[in-house]
Amino acid sequence: MRLTQEEMAMQAGDHGPAVQWAIDHQIRVGRYLGAEDFVPVSQAHIMADTESLGLAGVEWLERMAALPAPQRRVRIPTISDPRGTDFAAAHRLKQASWMIDLEQRAITAFEALGVLMTNTCINYQTIMPPVRGEHVAYGDTGVVIYSNSVCGARSNFEGGPSALSAGLTGRTPRYGFHLDARRAATLVIDVSFTPRDLGDWGALGGIVGRLAGDYWQVPALVGIDRVPGSDEMKHFGAALASYGSVALFHMVGVTPEAQRADDVIRAGQTLRRYAVGEADIRALQASYREGIDKVDVVVFSAPQLSLVEMGQLADMLDGRRATIPLFAVTSPQVKPDADRMGLTARIEAAGGLVLSGMCFYQSYAREMAEANGWQRLATNSAKLTNILGGYGYRPALLSMEACVAAACADGKLAS
Amino acid sequence: MTVFFAAAGMGQRVRGRALVAKDGFSARYDLDRVRGVFSRPQHKLAGESYVGRVLILDAAKGGVATAWMLYEMKARGVMPAALVLNAVNPIMAQGAALADFTMISGFDVDITLAVRNGAEVEVDPTGERPCLRLV
Repeated sequence: MRLTQEEMAMQAGDHGPAVQWAIDHQIRVGRYLGAEDFVPVSQAHIMADTESLGLAGVEWLERMAALPAPQRRVRIPTISDPRGTDFAAAHRLKQASWMIDLEQRAITAFEALGVLMTNTCINYQTIMPPVRGEHVAYGDTGVVIYSNSVCGARSNFEGGPSALSAGLTGRTPRYGFHLDARRAATLVIDVSFTPRDLGDWGALGGIVGRLAGDYWQVPALVGIDRVPGSDEMKHFGAALASYGSVALFHMVGVTPEAQRADDVIRAGQTLRRYAVGEADIRALQASYREGIDKVDVVVFSAPQLSLVEMGQLADMLDGRRATIPLFAVTSPQVKPDADRMGLTARIEAAGGLVLSGMCFYQSYAREMAEANGWQRLATNSAKLTNILGGYGYRPALLSMEACVAAACADGKLAS
Repeated sequence: MTVFFAAAGMGQRVRGRALVAKDGFSARYDLDRVRGVFSRPQHKLAGESYVGRVLILDAAKGGVATAWMLYEMKARGVMPAALVLNAVNPIMAQGAALADFTMISGFDVDITLAVRNGAEVEVDPTGERPCLRLV
């Protein structure tokens, strides 16, 4: 990789050992992925729940946090993804004390590094959405795909170590979706059915993700007949990134880089092309319902709920009573508004529990299942459905309304 | 000796028994990292132990957690010997770099079809051209 004078000084240790480690890490990654140089980034976003970090990862962070203050601080705004718990509700989730202690140690270390503990995966709805063409270093696949596709920003998937590196050096290796050439469509999806609810949008994302196949693919959707809202894009993108490891999509006539099809489909190029309709969406949803007539728990999470979703859920729960655990997981930015507007009180009066600053699958999901006797789970998040199978759950992908109905019927699913 | 050259590699040269499937890889989505087995029921290696094996799979999948998880798995010693993929994503490269873990990716052939499950293989990312050798 070509390095500037400043980058060579970082590599030589002139900026201290944390920056030296960071630029070395970035050079190794950049070389592997064919980067020729670095690109400055304006923001970083770090995924680092302690179920992923483990004790070894937390100790690694603590060693970095023990460096002298001038040597350890991030140099660009650097924010955090959800934590592994909501400290106020950990006991109700039956999380063990060692999990809480480890989370607190990680937070203390991140704060020493200068990270702003936003604890959110919907920063594009609540903190500072990136603008078109802005180079950023974001973790959380849902954040990356939304920022790239809906905002027109430029980021690769930056896992925790690389996002922290970007925070420390203020740059990232220039490969992948920082480059114009990587942002053209590589497959086309002809959509004959525009989803109606968030669960449908997630299912469509899952289908397109499976068709795309890997990180370097960029699907272009044709035929969406209205402009989706932010929450719809959020669920679609999160599922697409989860099922396909995809970081960028275009929606012709909707997303900023694809106002016309030929903006992203090069002239004369023949791309893979697939048709997707309502039957495909219903088939994906039905595949998760198979053999499940009752669930143990209902979870709205992944991504965290927006204020609008919190309002929708409160409306659906009014006058009803959840008789199995029902969790609504939101961000620390949305939660105070939900409290102030009475949404939290309405959800909890109906037997639900509002959780803040965590995400269900990042919160020791396997251990929570074992401690609480949960196995069958209902959610409207296709992303959550895709992840939780590996944690021992049998997830059912339903609409928000059907999830609420199940929660209020002792978990029984409508046939 | 049959050799398959890769587009990129990092880590040390290692030798081990191949665990092969035409399926994806994500440490968060696919593994029970405590027991060291594939745990996602839909995965073609569901129930198989990956500890000490050279994992040969199709494409990196899922989210960003693997970037931390490889380091954590290595610290506990519940870890594959190496990872060999047709298509990598940045997260795998970032995780391998943090954990100093052996990984190669990008072949002229579908590597999941070219290597038999259980074959003894050597993964060598140290040469000018990273490669996998059938031993």
